[in-house]
Amino acid sequence: MPHARPLSPHLSVYEWRITMVLSILHRVTGAFLCLGLVLVAWGLMALAAGEPAWSTFAGFCGSWIGMVLLVCWTFSLFVHLCNGIRHLFWDAGSGFEKSQYFTSAWVVVIASIALTVVVWLWAGMTGGTA
Amino acid sequence: MSAQRDVMPADMRTPLKRVRALGSAKSGAGHWWWERLTAVALIPLCLWFVWLVLRLPHLDFASAHAVVATPWNTLLLILFTAIGFWHGQLGLQVIIEDYVHTRWIELLLLVSIKFLAATGAVACALAALNIWLAVY
Repeated sequence: MPHARPLSPHLSVYEWRITMVLSILHRVTGAFLCLGLVLVAWGLMALAAGEPAWSTFAGFCGSWIGMVLLVCWTFSLFVHLCNGIRHLFWDAGSGFEKSQYFTSAWVVVIASIALTVVVWLWAGMTGGTA
Repeated sequence: MSAQRDVMPADMRTPLKRVRALGSAKSGAGHWWWERLTAVALIPLCLWFVWLVLRLPHLDFASAHAVVATPWNTLLLILFTAIGFWHGQLGLQVIIEDYVHTRWIELLLLVSIKFLAATGAVACALAALNIWLAVY
């Protein structure tokens, strides 16, 4: 651009609020979950292809990088799911009071963490994915 | 009245919005509706999918194949992946439109995600059917 035109204040001028963190997280987790669907597609095709292909897939999921990614995908799924429900309430026209959207934001954060912990405790109790 | 009811609005705005010339000028309202509709469908499907994956604790081939191969799981897997790819593609479209300002790159990405999402959805459906038909 020959003449950089003034832009609206950048993100760095704002004080961080839970509402804006969730707004950004909604996009980030959404994009990341698209990658998760690619993993689902890989898993299904490997399961259809037979045991050797499946062991490669299972080996990736059981590796430490695979496990870290799976935990991130679990958390992303629950953040996007819970915050998505919050968005649907807004779309229906409710929850716009300041106290309501701050409360609902914290409900989303706590529910997402709790559900992620429950899922991984459950996975650990039933034998672990590895 | 009946003539008006027969009109299928391509842009999915309400008649009042169109008369007042309000709302999206292109296909934005349709995009908005499909994003919500797929989101609502994905609420139960995501919870079901987490439950399905939790029943594959040891990731061994035989038990994973047996769990996925039941008719209900095949059906729900096809729905989950197809609607998931569709919803994901709608969301990625918004992100690309917001942040990519070079027109040809934007267009390339928009077309690519649609092709990739369609490929992913069909691949999942074929794989799920293959797993189901191998058993039944």
